[in-house]
Amino acid sequence: MTEAFVVAAPQETVPRRVSDALMARRGLFLLLLLAPPLLWLGVVYLGALFALLAQSFFSIDEYSGTIVYEPTLKTFSELLQPANFDIIVRTLVVSAVVTLLATAVAFPIAYYAWRYARGRVKALFYVAVMMPLWSSYLVKVYAWKLLLAKEGAVGWFMHAAGLSVVLDSWLAAPIVGGPSLSVSYTGMVLVFLYLWTPFMVLPVQAALERVPVSLIEASGDLGASPGQTFRNVVFPLALPGIVAGSIFTFSLTLGDYIVPQIVGPSSLILGQVVYTQQGTAGNLPLAAAFSVAPILIMGVFLTLAKRIGAFDAL
Amino acid sequence: MRSESSPWSLRLAAGSGLLFLHLPLAFILLYAFSSEDRSFEYPPPGYTLRWFGVAWSRPDVWEAFGLSIRVALLSTALALLLGTLAAAALARTQFFGREAVSLLLILPIALPGIVTGISLRSAFNLMDIPFSYWTIILGHATFCIVVVYNNAVARFRRLSPSMVEASMDLGADGFQTFRYIVLPAIGTALLAGGMLAFALSFDEVIVTTFTAGQQQTLPIWMLSELIRPHQRPVTNVVAVAVIVATALPILAAYYLTREGEYVGGAGK
Repeated sequence: MTEAFVVAAPQETVPRRVSDALMARRGLFLLLLLAPPLLWLGVVYLGALFALLAQSFFSIDEYSGTIVYEPTLKTFSELLQPANFDIIVRTLVVSAVVTLLATAVAFPIAYYAWRYARGRVKALFYVAVMMPLWSSYLVKVYAWKLLLAKEGAVGWFMHAAGLSVVLDSWLAAPIVGGPSLSVSYTGMVLVFLYLWTPFMVLPVQAALERVPVSLIEASGDLGASPGQTFRNVVFPLALPGIVAGSIFTFSLTLGDYIVPQIVGPSSLILGQVVYTQQGTAGNLPLAAAFSVAPILIMGVFLTLAKRIGAFDAL
Repeated sequence: MRSESSPWSLRLAAGSGLLFLHLPLAFILLYAFSSEDRSFEYPPPGYTLRWFGVAWSRPDVWEAFGLSIRVALLSTALALLLGTLAAAALARTQFFGREAVSLLLILPIALPGIVTGISLRSAFNLMDIPFSYWTIILGHATFCIVVVYNNAVARFRRLSPSMVEASMDLGADGFQTFRYIVLPAIGTALLAGGMLAFALSFDEVIVTTFTAGQQQTLPIWMLSELIRPHQRPVTNVVAVAVIVATALPILAAYYLTREGEYVGGAGK
């Protein structure tokens, strides 16, 4: 090959000039790409968040019921009243219980899918977790209303299995019990658990998938019992996944006002209070102040999660 | 190897976990055919197809369905545009503030939906914006962006930069490279992200109640039926329709983004 291979010089068209100019200035190109999404999220989302914060510093005139547009900390101090503070604590407890239970249900699924499922079975596991995660939220809540109703399927099966006594004594118990499953904490936690478990399975499995199986074998070869291997090798490596999953289970429970409205006891949790305060009560400042609580809680959570590398497991 | 067989306790735990995730929806299917129209009696006393006809002829269901579809389509389109741009910018670059930008992208789903909802509501309130079709879209597009972004960014990372360089070396300009190299490579990921965004928007209720005012999307219609039931069997039938309508795009999205799918230049 002695002849040089000549490429015809590209024609100087407008698109070419534009694209050349952009390729020469990577920074400008990047800025052009980022500008629309950043403007949208910055204006619509952050702007709205600031509007919310602003509202929480206003207060409501107790006599006229109108919003007083003067900065004050009065609304925040209302949060510390026993009745309101109880709501925050109660919601935190419910979120924590849901998160723990979701971990317990999700871990075996994720562990099995990682360690033993291969090929078709693995794909099946993935779809079996994805489908309930993405299927309609309201339909899922509705299904549980059907199941937990007094004359519903759970009661029927319990009766058929001769376990009515167990169900009745559970319902008679303080705190977890109630007139029926559909108006008790048990029912509410069950529905939350059902709704958010898939959000826990996926990150835990993603974290586990990065652990080579040879690591487990090495631990066994070095004399660890299966229990020790689990505690000292598998669990610490799965922890970022669990924390990533907890971001969802926690955040979703903190902000939900529909589940407790449909299945749950009469005492309110945070989401419901925010909803009623902004709606029927017309007290937007108090609703705003209440919703600052989940923002702060999630802020702490996200900082913690970032520190142990949970974002990589999302 | 003996250690490759799973212990029965693990199988039992994983199996019952999956059963727990799937059984409840099966009951909805059962109830859609129930002849009982007042209570949630189990087992249903009889079975009938009549409620499908009743639901079909309800104008309020169709109106809510239409609004949901229109909202979902426009929100998905906006999310596709904004999410893809963000993914293209963040996939292979490092710059100051990159972490903050990715945090901003996931914030709308990391913070509870009620916070997004009431924030938008406060903003509309402060600026005297009346509720409309557009206020619903503003909310939906915001949390759909991250779904598209997640799908697109994963694919952008698998697309080898040398493919783009080769295209440019052979004389294509930036737009041609995008049209003939980048778009075919990320197309299925965008389609999958778009379908997930559509399903998410179609089903959203937490944010929507704050941004819709008096308008009824299908989930809002369902919510009002859940709280104050008018005709339970119709709700059952609509629930089944929603299960089918969301399951199909989700399965399609899964098949479009399976691992191991061939992407030009991947693995280099």
